[in-house]
Amino acid sequence: MTTSPHVHELGMPGSPIDARIQQAIADSVATQGEKQTALKAKDMKTDQEVRWCPGCGDYVILNAVQSFLPSLGIAREDMVIVSGIGCSSRFPYYMNTYGMHSIHGRAPAIATGLAASRPDLSVWVVTGDGDALSIGGNHLIHALRRNVNMTILLFNNRIYGLTKGQYSPTSEVGKVTKSTPMGSLDHPFNPVSLAIGADATFVGRAMDSDRKGLTEVLRQAAEHEGTALVEIYQNCNIFNDGAFDLLKDSSTGPMWTIPLVHGQPLVFGPDGASCVVRDESGGLRIAETNQVDAGEIVVHDATREDPSYAFALSRLSSQDLRYTPMGVFRSVRKPTYDRMMADQLADARTEGAGDLDTLLAGSDTWTVSA
Amino acid sequence: MTALDPSTTPGSSAPGGLVKSVVELDRVVIRLAGDSGDGMQLTGNRFTSETASFGNDLSTLPNFPAEIRAPTGTLPGVSSFQLHFADHDIMTPGDAPDVLVAMNPAALRANLADLPGGGLVIADSDEFTPRNLAKVGYATNPLEDGSLDGWQVVAVPLTSMTLEALKDSGLGKKEAERSKNMFTLGLLSWMYHRPTEGTVRFLERQFRRKPEIAAANIAAFRAGYNYGETTEAFAVSYEIKPAPMAPGRYRNISGNQALALGLVAAGQRSGLPVFLGAYPITPASDILHELSRHKSFGVRTFQAEDEIAGIGAALGASFGGALGITTTSGPGVSLKSETIGLAVMTELPLVIVDVQRGGPSTGLPTKTEQSDLLQAMFGRNGEAPLPVIAPRSPGDCFDAALEASRIALKYRTPVMLLSDGYLANGAEPWAIPAADELPDLRVDFATEPNGAAADGTPEFLPYLRDPETLSRPWAIPGTAGMQHRIGGLEKADKSGNISYDPANHDLMTRLRQAKVDGIAADIPPTDVDDPDGDARVAVIGWGSTYGPIGAAVRRIRRSGRKVAQIHLRHISPFPADLGDVLRRYDRVVCPEMNLGQLSLLLRAKYLVDVQSHTQVRGLPFRAAELAAVVQDVIDSTPGGQK
Repeated sequence: MTTSPHVHELGMPGSPIDARIQQAIADSVATQGEKQTALKAKDMKTDQEVRWCPGCGDYVILNAVQSFLPSLGIAREDMVIVSGIGCSSRFPYYMNTYGMHSIHGRAPAIATGLAASRPDLSVWVVTGDGDALSIGGNHLIHALRRNVNMTILLFNNRIYGLTKGQYSPTSEVGKVTKSTPMGSLDHPFNPVSLAIGADATFVGRAMDSDRKGLTEVLRQAAEHEGTALVEIYQNCNIFNDGAFDLLKDSSTGPMWTIPLVHGQPLVFGPDGASCVVRDESGGLRIAETNQVDAGEIVVHDATREDPSYAFALSRLSSQDLRYTPMGVFRSVRKPTYDRMMADQLADARTEGAGDLDTLLAGSDTWTVSA
Repeated sequence: MTALDPSTTPGSSAPGGLVKSVVELDRVVIRLAGDSGDGMQLTGNRFTSETASFGNDLSTLPNFPAEIRAPTGTLPGVSSFQLHFADHDIMTPGDAPDVLVAMNPAALRANLADLPGGGLVIADSDEFTPRNLAKVGYATNPLEDGSLDGWQVVAVPLTSMTLEALKDSGLGKKEAERSKNMFTLGLLSWMYHRPTEGTVRFLERQFRRKPEIAAANIAAFRAGYNYGETTEAFAVSYEIKPAPMAPGRYRNISGNQALALGLVAAGQRSGLPVFLGAYPITPASDILHELSRHKSFGVRTFQAEDEIAGIGAALGASFGGALGITTTSGPGVSLKSETIGLAVMTELPLVIVDVQRGGPSTGLPTKTEQSDLLQAMFGRNGEAPLPVIAPRSPGDCFDAALEASRIALKYRTPVMLLSDGYLANGAEPWAIPAADELPDLRVDFATEPNGAAADGTPEFLPYLRDPETLSRPWAIPGTAGMQHRIGGLEKADKSGNISYDPANHDLMTRLRQAKVDGIAADIPPTDVDDPDGDARVAVIGWGSTYGPIGAAVRRIRRSGRKVAQIHLRHISPFPADLGDVLRRYDRVVCPEMNLGQLSLLLRAKYLVDVQSHTQVRGLPFRAAELAAVVQDVIDSTPGGQK
């Protein structure tokens, strides 16, 4: 049905797709040739003019994604990008895959129906902090707990850009915006904490400008079976310029960034001066490396079943981004919703597919003779 | 016509030498009423199945509170089930019962006013205790104080006889008492000569993991039957002969069941996987329950986190090539509106089932109404037309589901299917169709480019329409070389790229409307029942009022008057000839369970002076009342009463 060699790693091995769909795909291959999987970044681009503000962090992310996706070896035809509403949600128009630019907050729900009924596809959701965490918060947490096979890219610029500059659910308390002239009052979400709290099986964080780091997190997210959430810090140079400078600036960045490398001790800062250790209350805290025994330094393990460790990691950072872990917080294996749904359908057919005449007749019938 | 109008036939001899007579009736309406915990719905459903398999025509009206268990013995906790069965073709569950079974004082108090004088009351005398009487404001026991003298009353100690019958069952008192509904069913089964094997089989199946409960229920059921046969309290039993029906195989079916089976059938007949995204809501949840049992037909059911996710997932599945369906009631439609708009814009197939209930807001969750019609027609931002279809009877929900799916798939559009609480829970005999005679719903996916770029390279234009249907090609992800993006922003004609061009928006808005309007050429002409073709007055309805209007029309015709009945299945678009049909009549009456929504549409579109007759009591119209209203119109129409 498909020639993509890696689809089975990403989708469901041997997942049965329905006959009519399989036939349509086969017909298209017959007339147009095999779907290509040896692709380059330029193959991912569309003829549509990219219409983000000059200097927007979204350009950097788009370039990184276009460069990275071909490495998955998946045909463009087998990828679908679903987005909601907001600046980030224009993303599908610029990707030469299948796509749907849907409505505000609902992309995870739409992608759930698509991924659950078409396990052969590689389904991506592109969303933003307002889209995913405000109007679409409900769909996000339920998608995460269900573990449908899809990858959610959450572009977090900590502001509403498309509506011209109101504070968002990730804006720091006291944010002065058009709608909050005396400062915002509500406490922000930490998207990573929220996702881990929803028992997400994969949670990562990356910076728009860090092509290497971003690509690495995207690679792991794409390989993950189940719902993967990647928070991408993204600069809005119009309404919230410099929001991530503390982490981007070469003088302050190393001091406040905690790189997460699986299997490595959590040591960071200039000359590895800082580290992460367990604190007395069961959480984690920052310590000075030279003040603790090497054995006390926490070794990062993203595969811990218990989400409390990853959650504690996510709580190290403050609203103003000091001590921000970057990388993969959590990556655990659990059965995916689409696989289990397909298994139930297969189980129900162990004694053969349903017979419509039998179903329509039911168990109690009577006959009126002529 | 009174059902208990006896034309006595020779008596039969019951065991013990008791001579009992058998009275033949042409129709009976029984109402079973009890506490919501008394199992009245189950009892009613079983009696219905027995009646269906006996071969009577029938129609049912379950009526229950929204509370799962209101305080025991109180008026809000009363649940009832009305069954009308006859030796001829009938159209409604009956305006008023002939027989009221009251399992407690609350059930009597809540239902007695509906029972015409002379009607039969069968009451469980054990439950008429001072405490229970006081709960509903009876100062004295109505079974004893003479206040029921205008009715025939048979007080039967149903509870204690059930306990007596089960004294060796090993069950505790409380558990044994729960079988009193089966005792009652047994008694009624005797009274009306119902076949009992089906109920015994049902109980064995239902409680196969609890054989002692199955045995107790069967014992209570048989005890009730035997009690009828031996007691002197009931000297008469009744026979209602099977109704003549077209030859064929029949089953009993409720609207929700029929609708669910129609959706499974649509999947089979289109060859597409069915994907239901739904959130539980009364009175639509049974469709979700039913579809979730049919995974062997490739039906995927997704219980979503909310109404919005339910329809969102269904639309996502449609994008992927499934027959996407969402089922809900009015409040859910409100939440789904934005996604329905997206489906209009993306032009993907989607079936939206609205099992209407009393509104606005939470309204009357378990009661019926037709007040979502204008919401279905217009409840979205922008010009967002879509087809609207309504079934007319429980069994017709099957055909309506197929028709909604047919239109959704062929025209790539969301379709609103408007059922209601009365159809959903009501039941009737249904002629089982042959699967291979159902409509063929197959449509083609787009698998190759349909256009060419400026340089001649073939390209796929997702909004290049079929000239006949105006539907756009359905190219599903995974199809080679057909990558494209759709979404809620306005699309450029043909290419589907984002377009803010004024002329394009005007064109696309009109195209979307023209696509829906054009369906009028693909549906049957207006269904008019005007036997002699010379009636001056027509009654027009849509949806579940078909039965009551039909019954009213029969009454009117029996009185020698002429009247036409027009019933609409397609409300958007209307059948092409509807305007002409309406103009043929001097007066048009439109009864609706809302404040005149179809009337508004008809008046606006055809400039016909439609007379609206409305009622929003949460219950179907009574045929007699409707007949009186229409007769008045006929009698005041010059030349109306020929």
